[in-house]
Amino acid sequence: MASKPVIAKDLSKAFGDFVAVDGISFEIEPGESFAMLGPNGAGKSSTMRMVSTVSPRTSGELQVLGGDPLADGSAIRSRLGVVAQEDNLDAALTLRENLMVYARYFGIGWKQAGRKADELLEFARLADRAKAPVMSLSGGMKRRLTIARALVNEPDMVLLDEPTTGLDPQARHLLWERLYQLKERGVTLLLTTHYMDEAEQLADRLVIMDQGQIVAEGSPASLIAQHVTREVLEVRYPADSTVDFQTLGLRNEPLADRTLVYTDDGEGTLAKLITDGHTPTSSLVRRASLEDVFLALTGRTLVE
Amino acid sequence: MSAAVLLPLRVVERNIVSYRRTWVILVSAMFEPIFFLYGLGVGLGRLVGDLDWQGDMITYAQFVAPGLIATSAMNGAIFDMTFNFYFKLKENRTFEAMLASPLSIAHVLDGEMAWAMIRGGFYSVTFMGVMYAFGLIASWWALLIPLAALLVGLMFAALGSFGTTFARNWQDFDILFLITQPLFLLSTTFFALEVYPTWLRPVVQATPLYHGVDLIRDLARGTVDSSAFGHVAYMVIATVIARRLVNKRLGKLLLQ
Ligand SMILES: Nc1ncnc2c1ncn2[C@@H]1O[C@H](COP(=O)(O)OP(=O)(O)OP(=O)(O)O)[C@@H](O)[C@H]1O
Ligand SMILES: [Mg+2]
Repeated sequence: MASKPVIAKDLSKAFGDFVAVDGISFEIEPGESFAMLGPNGAGKSSTMRMVSTVSPRTSGELQVLGGDPLADGSAIRSRLGVVAQEDNLDAALTLRENLMVYARYFGIGWKQAGRKADELLEFARLADRAKAPVMSLSGGMKRRLTIARALVNEPDMVLLDEPTTGLDPQARHLLWERLYQLKERGVTLLLTTHYMDEAEQLADRLVIMDQGQIVAEGSPASLIAQHVTREVLEVRYPADSTVDFQTLGLRNEPLADRTLVYTDDGEGTLAKLITDGHTPTSSLVRRASLEDVFLALTGRTLVE
Repeated sequence: MSAAVLLPLRVVERNIVSYRRTWVILVSAMFEPIFFLYGLGVGLGRLVGDLDWQGDMITYAQFVAPGLIATSAMNGAIFDMTFNFYFKLKENRTFEAMLASPLSIAHVLDGEMAWAMIRGGFYSVTFMGVMYAFGLIASWWALLIPLAALLVGLMFAALGSFGTTFARNWQDFDILFLITQPLFLLSTTFFALEVYPTWLRPVVQATPLYHGVDLIRDLARGTVDSSAFGHVAYMVIATVIARRLVNKRLGKLLLQ
């Protein structure tokens, strides 16, 4: 596969007067896993839907797997796996039937569809539930089945819109492992998430979106290096305290209940605050994360 | 086979798989026209007596049975293209999932229409068997009844789904049936056109079911004349136009 799986140039999507995606440009390399981060309403799903060819773009250019989503939708979708933000499993069918029927939509023969269904049920650790109706599954199990279903056609690229929202930690880790396996096989991944750790775990490269625009782009490590310091010191003071970080020469971000201080040496900065007589009621030193990048860029937290 | 035929068939397959476990629902609806025929033909028939059909004196059962074929084709199609269609469109997002595969809106719609037509046709054919057994079929023309019934099913599949694309919730179906029920009663299934006052006859003749009923009755009685072309033309045109409109509506609803 020589060409880039996704090329977007000045891509926009408007719903009436409201601009949901506002001229974004990005490219995804073959085999790369690419994440979109951003708060509610940033335009992640709108972008995903344009890439999955079910939402016509308002303006700009978009190429998916070498084709134009507006003209070659069916051909593009035959090589795509799609996990929508909200599950849309077929409630009238059992787990196994869901996978088999879906495989049929892709023109896979019944026999092969049966084999594929069993293999994917194993992959999603749902083999013991093969004959259960979908409605009997928990939210997390449904999510796993939805992801398994997106793989029936052995896609070149998988689009995952918040794949792990609502999953328990164990299921999330299982899913990360599975996505990692896909990546190893050379499958291109495009995912959205609200979880920083997820993006750091899975993404080679990511964009941070806010109000329909891309506000930053890069690898997780480079974004952290570029926009924040290596460590973050979180400190809490009583409400009536008057510590002025600015005059202390400390880059900071005041939040409702605590203040984040950006520093390359958290312990050192904390020690200095204490010797200066500004002992916090509580403190925590941690590595800087993408969450901090987002906060530094937009002044808002990602998950409100 | 081309994609335009092959891909809708996969939607039909999906429906076959989904009904495999609930086939009782499918089959039980088969008995509805038979009960109607018994109740109306035998019960009401005794009160009504024989009536004149294009010069022949026929029993009420002979009159009403062809009408029931058309209505069962209609009901079979309507059920799938209203409640089930709504479930797949809004509640379960089944169509949304299908559209993430190579299927496009037209494939999904054609598949659903074909399935509804097959279902309606199945009821019609089984009911025709009952009619034959009771000596209610009078002509070789009746061999064309299944085709006519399929056309009736297809037309109501298109019309039913068109109405459904406007439903905002389950309650809205009450309105939909408030429209379809009078159509059912006004269709000459139960009374000949001549029974209606003159001013109402054009209204009856404008309704979709009338054309199915009249065509099938002519086929069953062997009284086919040039009006058959008009009936077929009406149903084909109504189907084509409605299907086009549904296709557009679905695009608006699903491809935002
Ligand atoms: N079909 C639609 N009609 C009108 N507005 C829409 C439609 N779909 C999305 N929007 C609006 O576009 C904006 C972006 O929505 P989108 O779903 O892309 O956000 P998102 O980044 O996926 O958010 P979330 O994290 O909550 O999933 C929102 O303000 C939303 O209300
Ligand atoms: Mg979203």
